[in-house]
Amino acid sequence: MVRRTAKTVDTKRPLGLVLLAAAVLSLCSAFFAPAAAHAVECTTDPATACVQGTIKQSDGSPAEGIELSITGEGLDETVTTDATGHWAFTVTQAGTYTVTVNQDTLPEGQYLKSADSREINAELGRVGGGLFPLTDTEPGAQPTPTPGENGETAAPPPSSSAGESDFSWSRLWQQTMSGLRLGLLIALASLGLSLIYGTTGLSNFAHGEMVSLGGLSAALFMGLTGNLWLSGLLAVIVLAAFGWVQEKVLWKPLRKRRLSLMQLMIVSIGLSIAMQFAFQFFFGTGVITIDPALPKTVNVLGAALTVHSLIAMGVAILAIILVGIGLMYTRFGRATRAISDNPALAQASGIDVDRVISIVWIVGGGLAGLSGVFLGLVFNGLTYFMGGQMLLLFFAAVILGGLGTAFGAFIGSMIVGMMVELTNIWLPGDLKYGTALLLLILILLVRPQGIFGRKERIG
Amino acid sequence: MDFVIGLLVSVFQTLISPTTAGFVLAAIGLNIHFGFTGLMNMGQAGFMLMGAYGFGVSVSFFGLGFWPALLVAIVCALVFGVILGIPTLKLRGDYLAIVTIAAAEIVRMIFKMAMLQPVTGGPLGLHSTTYREPFSALSPLPEGSTTILGVTYPNTGGNDWWVRIVGWGLVALCLLLTWALMRSPWGRVLKGIREDEDAVRSLGKSSFAFKMQALLLGGVMGAFGGIIMTLPSSMQPDMMGRPLTFNLWMIVLLGGAATIFGPVLGTLIFFAVRIVLTTVAGEFVPRDILSAAQTEQLAWVLVGVALMLLVIFRPQGILGNKKELSFNV
Repeated sequence: MVRRTAKTVDTKRPLGLVLLAAAVLSLCSAFFAPAAAHAVECTTDPATACVQGTIKQSDGSPAEGIELSITGEGLDETVTTDATGHWAFTVTQAGTYTVTVNQDTLPEGQYLKSADSREINAELGRVGGGLFPLTDTEPGAQPTPTPGENGETAAPPPSSSAGESDFSWSRLWQQTMSGLRLGLLIALASLGLSLIYGTTGLSNFAHGEMVSLGGLSAALFMGLTGNLWLSGLLAVIVLAAFGWVQEKVLWKPLRKRRLSLMQLMIVSIGLSIAMQFAFQFFFGTGVITIDPALPKTVNVLGAALTVHSLIAMGVAILAIILVGIGLMYTRFGRATRAISDNPALAQASGIDVDRVISIVWIVGGGLAGLSGVFLGLVFNGLTYFMGGQMLLLFFAAVILGGLGTAFGAFIGSMIVGMMVELTNIWLPGDLKYGTALLLLILILLVRPQGIFGRKERIG
Repeated sequence: MDFVIGLLVSVFQTLISPTTAGFVLAAIGLNIHFGFTGLMNMGQAGFMLMGAYGFGVSVSFFGLGFWPALLVAIVCALVFGVILGIPTLKLRGDYLAIVTIAAAEIVRMIFKMAMLQPVTGGPLGLHSTTYREPFSALSPLPEGSTTILGVTYPNTGGNDWWVRIVGWGLVALCLLLTWALMRSPWGRVLKGIREDEDAVRSLGKSSFAFKMQALLLGGVMGAFGGIIMTLPSSMQPDMMGRPLTFNLWMIVLLGGAATIFGPVLGTLIFFAVRIVLTTVAGEFVPRDILSAAQTEQLAWVLVGVALMLLVIFRPQGILGNKKELSFNV
């Protein structure tokens, strides 16, 4: 009978295709008409709660006429911000609501700094707030549709199916630079991921949270010291130490207990959940900026990049080269590669495997921290979920290059970074991470060991 | 005393809710993947999403009836499973894990696209009023509402008894099916693949075909779970993301992988403990120290830590047998 189930797939697949085609056709014609606007005022009493906020333009003036909609607990309403930029929803049931900004209604030249929707917890008798900061800079790799840069094409609606009309050579160049930048930042994190995989066999799902922690601790130190360079350095040191502690307290004892790699992977998933919500507990769900100063933009051969981006790219290249040289030419590097090739043989030939793994965790943690600091600076803000969101890009990069090879991780990261930013010219912005993940699946179909991997690793 | 009774009622309410039934269905499916066949499917939420949207969009956008819509949902889950399985089932376990998680994220992003708003509702999703009608029309229950053990719901419509009856009926059906299949020769091959794939291959069985069948069977159960979960109120793509998959893993490991009743027990404990923790914290810890949102976050931290401890110290869960459990690789 199960064989019959499998057959249904073949016969019914055309139906799925027809549905898909119909879906694609329908978007070309149909447009979504939002419901009528509700009053903006809201007062709380024990039976109601307010979900509200104020939207200001990047120059501080109130943003009027932006549409927001709320869903959750059976509610689905739309309001428009008033002359003071204020919006509010009255809800009569406690729970979690999702508030979404209609990006088509943003003022010209204004873009959302972060996601276009936010989850807000409402408690009866209380006011729940949601921030949607606006910016006039190009949104970079945030999960929002990227409009044309520098007001060249003023905020194309996200529902436009982004055809050839969006293309221009200057945009291509701009996206190439963004891709280079994203690739370098992904490379920092995926190098660590790849080194850890190579030496211990662990697919570390908590690596994204180490990246988030890097950015968050940089923001914390920035608040304490006020010096950006110092904060970044401290964040990297904290993360390197965190990597070491993790290895000592968690992973080494677990290896000694002879847990299988699958079990270790699930442990890392548990760690990732726990860390993510601990961040949420301590830092909240809003956007946290590391450097409150407005980022300065410079023009590099026609592409607009912030000073932060340039410094981040420079430091990232330096760090990657250093790690590369370290792996190629030092004793420690040779030991690391030996363990990646054959741990038992490496141990037999006198390499202190545990010590090497500790150092790998320190380096991996430091690199993840650096990546987090730079991602937070480049995108001008980070959330507790930033690393978790990027995690699959790291995995895509590592698998693309070949699991466990450091050079492969670098090349894979650059390809993934480029791909994410370049496909963004043609595809709607909410799919930009999707292309990298699709690439991941395709590469496994064609060449499962990745570009530089060896066949025996895939088992 | 009032507090205890209130707590018991809310626990009962949670345990019979359609969400719980949906979780159980998806967990039974995941148990077929992981517990019986040894597949590391980290994209079960993707199957649920395919089921929920396959059903919801068929009714709300294409205006299909109940049975055709259900068929579309099943076909969606099957196609998703085939596309996932082809590249990965020949590879080692952790590749399957990463690809399934990536595929689930891709479908979530696609359904969330603002461009698809007329069809899928975009990030806002669909409200059950738009796809609920054909299901309610099948209800044989009389008008009005019924109270059982201090819990009142309407018989048909919205968050009702009808969806609860169908949901838990499906759970019983899936349990029966799993039980029957796992003692059939087909089930023995699956367990053989879990224990030693090469041995199964040397006996002339195509391990790829069997793994694919297991993936599809469990995936369709996940799709049913997605439909049941979203029938009472609404569906949004973000409901069915990575956290949901991780919860299902927690449930399967807690109850005991490779057991028939493990997923049911795991789900009931998971939801009961969470509702008790948040209610007790809400009652006895002042709001100034710990707000409701923070209690929720702490509960999640606890879920993460519990998952780690479970895998380390008791990977076979409550009902499981350590010999039956295999994390291949």
